[in-house]
This record gives sequence, structure tokens and C-alpha cells, in this order.
Amino acid sequence: MTALARPPATSPAASAAWDRRRILAVNLRAVRGRAYPRVTGLFREKSWVLFEILLPFLTTSAFVFVYQTLQAPSQYIGFVVLGGAMTSFWLNVIWMMAAQLYWEKDQGNLELYFAAPMDMMSVLLGMAVGGMVMSSTRAAVVLGVGALVYGVSFSVQQWGLLLLVFFLTLAALYGLGMMLSSLFVLWGREAWHLTQLLQEPVYFVSGLNFPVGNLGFVGALAIGLIPLAVGLDAMRQLAFAGGLGPTGTPPPDVEALVLVAMTVIFTFLARFMLRTLERMGREKGRISARWR
Amino acid sequence: MSEPHLAHAIDVNGVRRVYDAKPQDVVALDGIDLRVEPGELFGLLGPNGAGKTTLIKILTTLLLPTSGTATVFGFDVASDAKKIRRIMNMVAGGEQSGYGILTVREQLWMFSQFYGLGRRDGWRRVDELIEAVGLAEQRVQRVSSLSTGERQKMNLARGLLNDPWILFLDEPTLGLDVGAARQVRELVVEWRAAVPGRTVLLTTHYMAEADELCERIAIVDRGRIIAAGTPAELKHHVQSESIFRLELEGLQRGPAALRELAGVVRAVAAAGDGDGDGAGERGTVVVSLVLEDDAALGGVVGALGALGARIVALRKSEPSLEDVFVELVGRGFNDEGASGEAPAPPTATLSEITHDTEEAEPVESGRAR
Repeated sequence: MTALARPPATSPAASAAWDRRRILAVNLRAVRGRAYPRVTGLFREKSWVLFEILLPFLTTSAFVFVYQTLQAPSQYIGFVVLGGAMTSFWLNVIWMMAAQLYWEKDQGNLELYFAAPMDMMSVLLGMAVGGMVMSSTRAAVVLGVGALVYGVSFSVQQWGLLLLVFFLTLAALYGLGMMLSSLFVLWGREAWHLTQLLQEPVYFVSGLNFPVGNLGFVGALAIGLIPLAVGLDAMRQLAFAGGLGPTGTPPPDVEALVLVAMTVIFTFLARFMLRTLERMGREKGRISARWR
Repeated sequence: MSEPHLAHAIDVNGVRRVYDAKPQDVVALDGIDLRVEPGELFGLLGPNGAGKTTLIKILTTLLLPTSGTATVFGFDVASDAKKIRRIMNMVAGGEQSGYGILTVREQLWMFSQFYGLGRRDGWRRVDELIEAVGLAEQRVQRVSSLSTGERQKMNLARGLLNDPWILFLDEPTLGLDVGAARQVRELVVEWRAAVPGRTVLLTTHYMAEADELCERIAIVDRGRIIAAGTPAELKHHVQSESIFRLELEGLQRGPAALRELAGVVRAVAAAGDGDGDGAGERGTVVVSLVLEDDAALGGVVGALGALGARIVALRKSEPSLEDVFVELVGRGFNDEGASGEAPAPPTATLSEITHDTEEAEPVESGRAR
């Protein structure tokens, strides 16, 4: 029997009748499928080494030199290196999560995703999982090289909580990215410009290169709204025990709860936005770029 | 939902789709009624902007009708979208989907996962299809380096990954060279014939393609189906008249000048041998000339001198689907105003208007039952 002669199920009705188990399997496989290009790309596109490792490392190094010149406490070097490592995730979330569906629409992928039988949340989740794998490698390189070159010494007393906070930070960050991705499609170019406009301010209020507690009220606000700010602050408290001194920010276990809340809220909103996107797309013809 | 096992492959009743656009609303579909039976290879033929793609978007659950109902194998496009997506697939001409960084094999495997194939099953299915569409040599080539024809074969393989019951093909040979277009058409025919019940809805503005492939055809213009039937039935409409294909040099006023001559029923710019805009080589004009009978030809030829025209080539034509279109709507595919935009004053075509989604809003959202 040739590939073209494979018989489908007995009838269209039988082919369309999926039980819960099959629906779950299809969606899990869709997550794997969408993560695949990102994981594959990790080894295939060498230019990303420049953009996602070397450039963040250079920025980190600039702040390290400033702190060394100012004779700041040695932990500050560690704060900056940790911030530099987390930059990889933030860049990934903004440019390869939030902006991704917008690009997918331009390429004509979005209509194929919507026309396929899986839930679009699986596509977003696959993008997130692939992005996490991809960025973790870059972050690990920045962290490892930075720690080695600048002699950062970590003081970790709660490894479990540190790892938990790290993964919660990723979950909240990518939840935010999933939510933004639908908004980007709905807002089109305006959202694109808004992101470019907000990139530097978000870097600043997230305290990528200094303890966010130093920003006072703005820092507290950032901790309540931006996963990167709260996650990074919690990780710094845990990775450099006592190094921050009185920060004015909540303890890491409280910040972990904030991250849990952010994850739940962003994921819920991502689902809501996605459904809104699909509804509006079907009503207004906004899903497809080519098939208009 | 009707009984899916007894259902028509496609059943469209009074479907209307209206876009809110400036300076006035654009009616993309204006009360379409259509039935396609399981196992048919059905063609939607019409000029750009006629509404073919809008109808396909509705049937593939990407767009809701403004009013009317449509079902695919008994599943309603508005309320049973998920079920329809499990049994259908779609391929568009000029499609650039996927990721250039992946190889052909990887790209197809990725899409196989969206349809729930297991990891190994997915690879096996991909390899089978790569072989079937003739891409074995390109299997580990990056998608970004494929030629247009190779890319379209890959797209077709993607469309077959889930063994769909119904395959929607929107201008599948658009932009392909003659050889690649033929291969794609052969694959479609072979795939459909391999298993009873497999259905294909094809849109095209290439008349020869519709004529060659489709068992039945609906001619669409300005959002309406103006005729439907087998190619032979449609051609029968114009067989009572004499049709000539005339290539002329120096015809200053174009085909309109011929319409005034005695015995001429219609004269329109025909698809030329080249790019199909009615223009022949060296600035000549190719005209599809419909006469009351053969005897009228002498008068027309005699009058050409007075019009400043000289005959470059002349041959009698068997009626084509283009002649059918001309007969039904009174103009050629390539005549000005052939696209489906609303009549004056709007100057933009439907495809132009709806290309920018910011400008295209529906008058009425959802479906009115």
C-alpha cells in the first residue's frame, strides 16, 4: 500500500470522534512538535550565539567594570552576572514568544495552526518549552563564563527554594509571553512598537543590573507586576544569602508565591486572549495573512 | 448537525459574507448555495476576488459566515469547528508556512505532531509522503533552500499527513512552472482516487486546470455562483455559437471595436499564449470572438481593414470554460472589472481591501441563522 492509498478511518464521523485520551495525546504531541524547531535551532543557527550570549555578556561586563571602579560590595558583581543570565530569558520571551504569533501570521503558519485539531495553547506551550530549553543553554553559558571570569562566589543556603523560584520565574515569564503573543496579533504593529518602546524601561525597573529594592516604590511596583523583577530579586536573595542586606523587598518565599500567582494569572489570560483572538479572527478575518 | 455518515461532503446554504470597508461595505459572498458529494473533485472557478478564497476560509473554519449555514461532512463550520479540523486539511498556492531552519523531513514531522501522530509513526508517515511526492533527494535539505515547485510539493505532503477526508486546495499551482504544476495535479488526482470518499475542493483561476481536474465546477463571480455542472455541461451552454480565436495587430480600440460588427455576439480579450492577459507576442491582441454562425466570419474579416487591424492568426475554437464564463457574465476573466469588487464608485478590489485587516471589519459578526 502506498502512502497515498492509506485508508482513513471507516467514516468522517468516526475520524472526528476523539475521546479525551486522544485529545490529550494530540495536544502533548503538538507541544513537542512546536518545541522541536527551537531545540533544533539551538544547534543550527550560530548567529544566536552572538545575539543571545555575547551581547548580554558584554552588557553585563560593562556593569561589572562600573561596580569594580566604584568599589561596590563583591556581591554586586554576582547580582549583575545573574541579571545578565536572566536577560536571555527576557529577550526570548519578548522576541520569540510575544512577537512570535505576529510573525507566524505573516508567514501563514497561524492559519494552519488554527486549522489543525490541537488546542492553540499547545502551540504556545510548545513555543515556551522550546524557548526555555534554548535560553537555558544561553543563560547557563553567561552565568558560567561570568562567574568564572569575574570570580563570583555564590552563597546558597536553600537550594530547593532557589530552584523552585527559578522554575517559577520561567513559568511566570513565559506565561506573560504567551499572553502577549495573542495581544500582539490583535494589536498588530502598534504592539510591536510598544514592545520596542518598553524594552529598556522594563530592563531598568526589573533591576537586571542592580537590586530592585533600590528603586523604592517603583521597585515594589515592578515586583508586583513583572515576573523578571520578582524572580530575579528572589534568586539574588537566595543565591547570595545575606548579600543584599535590608532590601525593602519581600522575602523569597513570599516572592515565590507572587510568582505562582503571576503564573496562574498570565496563563489564564493567555488562554482568554487566545480564545478572543480566534473568535475575532473568525469573525473579522484576522487569523490569516495570505488567505484574505 | 445532520447525520455525518449520510452527509454531503460540503453543504452550503445561503452563505453571505460582508466586510465593512470604506468607502462602502464589500460583499465577498452573496448568498452562496453549494453541494459537494463525498469522493468528488470539485472546482471553484473564478477571477481573483470572486470570493473563492473567502468560501474556502469559511469551510476550513477560519472565518464565520455573516449569514447562512455551511457544513463539512455534516459538521457545522460555526459550532463543530474542532471536528471539521480533525478530518480536513488545506494547502494554498505560494504557501510559505513552516520554518526555514528545518529540513523538509523535520518540517513535515513537526506538522505531523499537530495532528497527533506518534513520534515514530510521524517519521514513518513523513518518509512515505516524501517518497510519494518525489522529494526524496531534498529530504534533508533546509526548507529555506527549496525551489517554489519543491516547496509546493512539500506543502502538499503536509496537507496529506493526517489522511484527511477532505482536502481544500486554494490555487495549488499558483506560480509553479508547467512541469511542477502538472506533478502537483497528478498527485492530487492520485491521492483522491486511492481511497473512496476522499473529497477535494479546489479553487483556481486557471481554466485548463479546472477543466482537466474537476468532475464538477462552480463558476463564481462577485460572490455568487453563476453556474455549476460538469465541464461538458457548462461548455454545452455556448456550443450553439461559433467561436474563433483571433490574434490581431493594430486593433486600436481593442475587442470593443469588434462587438459593433454584424454577426458578432461577443468579443473579449482572451487568455493569450503567454501571460493570459489577452496580449499576444509583439503587441498583438488575442480576442475570443463569438459569432452567431460561421458565415458571419467573412463580414468580420472584411471589416478589420477599416478598423486598422491585421490578422496575425485565426483559428476556430472548441468552447472552453472561459467561453462559458464570458457567456454567463458578459466579460472575460481578464477584462477590467473582472475581480469581485463592488461596482463603482469603490476603486479597490476585494483582495486589496481585505488585505489590511485593520480596514476589513464584518458588518455583522457571527452567523445569523
